[in-house]
Amino acid sequence: MTLPGSDEIIEDLSFFDDWEQRYQYIIDLGKSLSPMTPEDKTEERLVRGCQSSVWLKSTVQGEHLHFDVESDAIIVNGLLALVMAAYQDKSPAQILAFDIDGYFQALDLERHISPTRGNGLRAIVGTIRNLASQPRQ
Amino acid sequence: MSLDLNGLRAQFPILSRQVDGKPLVYLDNAATTQKPQAVIDALVNFYTQCNANVHRGAHALSDEATRRYEQARDVVADFIRAGSRQEVIWTSGTTEAINIVANGMAQRLQPGDEVLVTEMEHHANLVTWQQACLRSGAQLKVAPILDSGELDVDAFNALLSPQTRFVALPHVSNALGTVNPIQSLTASAKAAGALVLIDGAQGIAHGQVDVQAIGCDFYAFSGHKLFGPTGIGVLWGRQTILEDWPVWQTGGEMIAKVSYECATWGTLPNRLEAGTPNIAGAIGMAAAISWFMSLDVAAVQAHEKALLASATEQAQAFEGLKIIGTAKDKIGVLSFVLDGSHPADVGFILDRQGVAIRTGDHCAQPLMRRLNVPGTARASFSIYNSLDEVDVLFKALKKAQSMLA
Repeated sequence: MTLPGSDEIIEDLSFFDDWEQRYQYIIDLGKSLSPMTPEDKTEERLVRGCQSSVWLKSTVQGEHLHFDVESDAIIVNGLLALVMAAYQDKSPAQILAFDIDGYFQALDLERHISPTRGNGLRAIVGTIRNLASQPRQ
Repeated sequence: MSLDLNGLRAQFPILSRQVDGKPLVYLDNAATTQKPQAVIDALVNFYTQCNANVHRGAHALSDEATRRYEQARDVVADFIRAGSRQEVIWTSGTTEAINIVANGMAQRLQPGDEVLVTEMEHHANLVTWQQACLRSGAQLKVAPILDSGELDVDAFNALLSPQTRFVALPHVSNALGTVNPIQSLTASAKAAGALVLIDGAQGIAHGQVDVQAIGCDFYAFSGHKLFGPTGIGVLWGRQTILEDWPVWQTGGEMIAKVSYECATWGTLPNRLEAGTPNIAGAIGMAAAISWFMSLDVAAVQAHEKALLASATEQAQAFEGLKIIGTAKDKIGVLSFVLDGSHPADVGFILDRQGVAIRTGDHCAQPLMRRLNVPGTARASFSIYNSLDEVDVLFKALKKAQSMLA
């Protein structure tokens, strides 16, 4: 399964009226991420939350940034898929222009990306935006 | 007298709120307990009736605030059977209380000395001593636990030696609920010549703590885990020891005489309480203790035991669930993992059903490594929880298991 775009996800999620279906959809989205190889899951790429951990590997591919991400928690993987729908294989300018907080608000998931949540998601978003704002070599 | 659970619950306004349209089932009591109306009223009353700084005003409000603040100290002293009110030092919580002791001890430890802790420490009673040892050149020793989450008492005793200057251990493990035999452990440690601190953060809210009977030198606890406000806690220490304990913070309130060249310190308890204290917090904590002491302790303990027994029984019958921490003597905590599910996911799905638990490493990373789990899901019970709420927890867990499969 390939990842739908962020607009499509907003539309899909708006169809569900109960939380179970919403989270089942998010969990399934997470399963569409390609798992990272054990060699790629290094200590330097680990963002440790106090509840769950996330690995992030980034590569420059031409004008775009490509990310490999994985969490040990499946709902966080689902949330990461939502983030990837916004950032994957986009240019730094596109990444910086994307309103991630507005996106999570539109999904009614803003509390999962709040700085207080110990799932590492906020840190991942911060890292990606930092990478996107670095001058290219 | 038995426990009137409905009457008790009615005293906690927050317990009637909903989360995502579902009744709140609050099972994160080891993190913090909810507050009864009596405590909320005490805080409101202080700020509406007699807010003033203590120990220094030449006016009626200050006198009144000082009197209430110092009466609060008496309430604590009675509650834990301190030798005197001077032995009760207000702190911001358990962590600060332990820091006062570890900081002072770091100045007295030398290379060759040893500090003994256990494998079940919260970071507050581990990192503090690790850092005190790093500063002083002393060595940190760690007494192991058994797979059940009980302290290996033989190993603990074997680690005691004439080099052991200090022993710090928890009354009750926050991550596992294990109740340590603190009285006999303290006796062994004292016989070896060590000073003993008990981290009482989790032990204080389950019944009477008698520091004289325990025989320890320091006992540290927080108000917020005892139905009181956050930001207030207590270090109890023996007067003879605290009298010349290295001061922790310097500034106002704690001094006797000050010149530009030097200063001398005041007497207990002020010498360890620099600056304007958490006056409302102390008064709120005393209100919490008075409220708690008005309950029938035996009935409260029987109820807590029934809650944990029901939770344990349902957990044992739950396919794919593994209880982490199976000590014979446990209180208040059911820590567990579900086969194939990350604890964070379990907590997440429970949260959506109004059930509040904690997931993660519980500020005990080395303990999680010892138990070979990335973390656990932890339901922790307090006196106002009902057996029905335990049932709700397991229904919610069933749903989590099916969604996460």
